[in-house]
Amino acid sequence: MSRLLVYLIPLAVIAAFVVMARYERRLAHDPTHRGFFERNGTVLGLVFIGLVAFWMLMLVVLPYLYMVQESFHPKLVAADRGGPKDILTLDQYRSFFIQPTDGEVNTTHLWAFFFTLAISALVTFLNFAICYPLAYYMAQAGSAQKVRLLMLALIVPYWVNEILRAFSLRLLLASKGLINQMLMGVGLTDAPIDFLGNNVGLYVGLSYAYLLVMVFPLYNAIESLDKNQIEAARDLGASWFRIHKDVVIPYAKPGIASGCTMVFMLSAGSLAAPQFLGGPRTLWFTSIVYDFFFQAFNWPRGAAYAFILLAACIALVLLMLRLFKVSLGEAIK
Amino acid sequence: MSSQTINKVMIGFYVFLFFAYLFGPLLVMSVTAFNTPSYPAAYPLEGFTLDWFVKLWNHKAMMQGLVNSIIIGIGVICVSVPVGLAASIVMNQIYHRARSLYYLVTVSPVLTPGVIIGISTVIFWRDFSEMTGTRGVFYKGIVLAIFGQSSFIAAYCLLIISARLQRFDRAQEEAALDLGASYPQVFWHILLPFLKPALISAAVIAFLSSFENYNTTTFAILADKTLVTVLAGEVRQGTTPALSALAVIIIVISLLGAIAYEIMKRHEERRSAKLAEQAKRAERGELAQGPALAAPA
Repeated sequence: MSRLLVYLIPLAVIAAFVVMARYERRLAHDPTHRGFFERNGTVLGLVFIGLVAFWMLMLVVLPYLYMVQESFHPKLVAADRGGPKDILTLDQYRSFFIQPTDGEVNTTHLWAFFFTLAISALVTFLNFAICYPLAYYMAQAGSAQKVRLLMLALIVPYWVNEILRAFSLRLLLASKGLINQMLMGVGLTDAPIDFLGNNVGLYVGLSYAYLLVMVFPLYNAIESLDKNQIEAARDLGASWFRIHKDVVIPYAKPGIASGCTMVFMLSAGSLAAPQFLGGPRTLWFTSIVYDFFFQAFNWPRGAAYAFILLAACIALVLLMLRLFKVSLGEAIK
Repeated sequence: MSSQTINKVMIGFYVFLFFAYLFGPLLVMSVTAFNTPSYPAAYPLEGFTLDWFVKLWNHKAMMQGLVNSIIIGIGVICVSVPVGLAASIVMNQIYHRARSLYYLVTVSPVLTPGVIIGISTVIFWRDFSEMTGTRGVFYKGIVLAIFGQSSFIAAYCLLIISARLQRFDRAQEEAALDLGASYPQVFWHILLPFLKPALISAAVIAFLSSFENYNTTTFAILADKTLVTVLAGEVRQGTTPALSALAVIIIVISLLGAIAYEIMKRHEERRSAKLAEQAKRAERGELAQGPALAAPA
């Protein structure tokens, strides 16, 4: 039953989309307009539509819906699937709040959930603070040649994959790592500081992983700002701080929103940094999901947790966009 | 010292700090690849060695993972570049408000956490392949990794290709049609050559994103392994300078790629400047000839 629904939803969306396109075409009153198949030829038109449909249905929408659907089922062995035990249930979602084993409040997972979201927000803010000056410098002060070189220098480290970047930070921050060696050599501390155990490694790792994702949207937004506006503000006696607060930041708001959205979503969903840089007692939410899949083999509960994470992230992003008065369309441009 | 100089020094210092943060860890890691102790250490330097590269070469699982990663990368190019191309052509041809909805839906995979894409891909293809009796064809690590990664990499391709498509001059299409070309001919002989640079960069980006993906792949790959998932297993077990050696290789390849890109870019700039100059000269020549030809009539 629920599987039927899974197929009906995309059909409804496609129908809505076709109606919308038809309606707008009639509104546009364009006599030179040709239909999609007329303009591309029937065969090519079908190939285009087919490819897009395959992507959207088979790779995006249906998998998402199947995941949501899975989260409303109990954990079953393959033989029981589709049988009488295969009922719809809210148990997986209930287990997020109340532990199924002893009926206590599930503080571990609730705490991990809030920890993940709070740290992601912190990392987002941190990266904005680190990247804004560089983006501003590249967009407004640098020469074209210099900017291209800086861009290249920014991109090259990101060709090294996430795991190795986490590994490199671990080498630096480990108790036998270079930073501890230096601190002890200078005599600032006698015993090594446990950067990984107290999660400093995790924060640094998350920030490090998504620097680039913040720099580019900021740069793109600030780059189109007319230099004369800054000059004018300066001539009118605005302080350095006021120029940024009242001229540059309001102008670059869509870019800021887009960078912050990306960094927040990526770090809330990141797996490598918490796995390799987090302390032994740190529970990141995606790690919990990972364990449900690979250790407990409880896919429905993992799916439910994944959906909770996705819903919370989307809700938070929309809330922030609303607060800063940026439309979603602007933010994902 | 004027305030401007102070400003400049401060900006310089900040840019230096930023790039130290960016490159520092990678540099330290590179040093450990050539140092002898088996616990990767940059200091003290106990001796120069290339043993860790040999160890890496003999690491069977990693080499198998590398082969899988390359197969998956090529598969992702084959799926996501055509899909991205088709999607950008469709986006280019629909009206305003329907286009925003279309854009929102097609770009959403970029913002979805990779973990969720991986999980949903596995669950869907498990049930779907069972339902259609195609479990042997689709429910395989490599196939699922290609599907899972393509779902968001196709969106990257869409963004790259449609950026160039927007600069396409419809007059070229009209001219070809007036000269008697059919629509498919316009597509193959006018539009595709125009989009070629974007298609190439889309393919490169697709391969690189596929190659270094972890979050989606670790779920979608099932029992198989890619280079990155093997690496993750190694890092979880402990640390060895062989990993640093791998990083050094990747960094060197990246640097070579970056240099090649820079040279290509400069070459292209010079060539297009030359072409523009030639066109200008030809135009001037035609204008000069024009009245002379017209005179006898």
